[in-house]
Amino acid sequence: MNKLTVEELYDTFEALDDWMERYKYLIDLGRELAPLNELERTEENRVKGCISQVWLVADPITEAGTLNFRADSDAHLVKGLIAVALTLFNGKNAADILATDPGDVYGRLGLDQHLSVNRRNGFVSMMQRIKGLAHHSHTA
Amino acid sequence: MGFDADAVRRDFPGLDLQVHGRPLVYLDNAATTHKPKVVLDEYQRVYLEENANVHRGIHTLSQLATEDYEKARRTVARFLNAATDDEIVFLRGTTEAINLVAWTFGRERLVKGTNVVISGLEHHSNIVPWQLVTDLTGAELKVVPLDEHGDVTIEAFEATVDANTAMISVAHISNALGTILPVKEICQIANSRNIPVLLDGAQGMSHDHPDVQALGCDFYVFSGHKVFAPTGIGALWGKMQHLEAMPPWHGGGEMIETVTFEGSTYAAPPARFEAGTPNFAGAIALGRALEYLESLDEDAMVAHEADLLAYGTRRLEEIEGLRIIGTAPHKSCVLSFVIDGIHPHDIGAVLDQQGIAVRVGHHCAQPVMAHFGLPATTRASLSMYNTRADIDALVEGLKTVKMLFS
Repeated sequence: MNKLTVEELYDTFEALDDWMERYKYLIDLGRELAPLNELERTEENRVKGCISQVWLVADPITEAGTLNFRADSDAHLVKGLIAVALTLFNGKNAADILATDPGDVYGRLGLDQHLSVNRRNGFVSMMQRIKGLAHHSHTA
Repeated sequence: MGFDADAVRRDFPGLDLQVHGRPLVYLDNAATTHKPKVVLDEYQRVYLEENANVHRGIHTLSQLATEDYEKARRTVARFLNAATDDEIVFLRGTTEAINLVAWTFGRERLVKGTNVVISGLEHHSNIVPWQLVTDLTGAELKVVPLDEHGDVTIEAFEATVDANTAMISVAHISNALGTILPVKEICQIANSRNIPVLLDGAQGMSHDHPDVQALGCDFYVFSGHKVFAPTGIGALWGKMQHLEAMPPWHGGGEMIETVTFEGSTYAAPPARFEAGTPNFAGAIALGRALEYLESLDEDAMVAHEADLLAYGTRRLEEIEGLRIIGTAPHKSCVLSFVIDGIHPHDIGAVLDQQGIAVRVGHHCAQPVMAHFGLPATTRASLSMYNTRADIDALVEGLKTVKMLFS
């Protein structure tokens, strides 16, 4: 499981000097992310995106009412961005997930261009799906 | 005399930018080109000095705007070597122009039992309009298959066209790979069988100056923004005999002769197809862009672009694991490629951090990607204002990509 906290992400990013170091760190985060297996990389789990492919799986809701997601991509940087997203969302309940604005976090990490630049990015669609799933579990 | 790309580059203020603290290296010209200062000035001048609706007013400003709008039509006609100025219809761009032809000329011809032939290289805008029309009429869409180089051979073309072919619509130059199609030969074959041909000139305009009479096509369409003019303006050239026979597509002001509630009669071309207030400022700026292009030494420009393609191909091939997609013998300066084990998204993002603008994705040509079994490529598309130094910057940028992802 990913035990990283958002605060740790901020600290690490701040300590890194330039974009290349930050990208290296992001790529490493992506490499540490457990890949989804072939059975999970289904069309149903695929989040449609123009450039990169993203697959997202929601685990069953825990007894405590928290949600956990696992996701994967064919692009390294996107995997790193996914690792950040999962750090942000996993282990939270639906209401907290819905109240979280990932834009703030990515802005602080200097990664917000990845959120806004390509509206057809699979990663952006993944964020929407996480929120959609949280909303669904919240109202179900 | 050589082509002074550095001097030409200085005419384009939009290239003189810093991106992420690095000098911009703009290699996304197949998506849109930058605009020379003379075009930007002209665009602004229209709004400052002659902002008035064209073809409407008796007042001075309207007359000035109308004169310049019609002068732009003459410029486009001259650039394309059209038989008459009235064969030029100003539209929003290539996409609208293909839709217009598909929904008027195409819809009447493409009855059940007939087919329209396109190539495997087409941009989505030269696929989907024909699908929409043939879905409605029951006609068939036939596709000329590509060879392993991403080329359309005359043999493959002749094998696809049959006795039921009622229309041919192909790209002049492929946006995704840069392949220059054998359009003159295609038109010759089509002419001998009396089949009308539309050429999608979105990429052709800036790289392979079209002469529509020499080509022998029936329609030629293009977008201004890909030939150093503003967005939202483009043109359709069509043979007058076709335009005259075509019904209107969009109804509105300017395209009519008389209107009563019982019915309307329609204006002659080109007005018939220019419903509503046209983008006259864009059209005038487009005229200026073509005049600018005409002021350059065309042969030297073609030689410069050929040098960029040869140099770029050679330099990219030095990179281990890099494979160029699209190796047709006749190509414009497009370098579409993949690198083993590195996703195009990653390549594009890391190049962007270094100020290098390329396109990554399927380039609105998903069937081309499917032909090569790829979801996406990275595409560096060059223009006359690019230099060998831009290619060197790309190669250095790709070395950083490889270093980061190895």
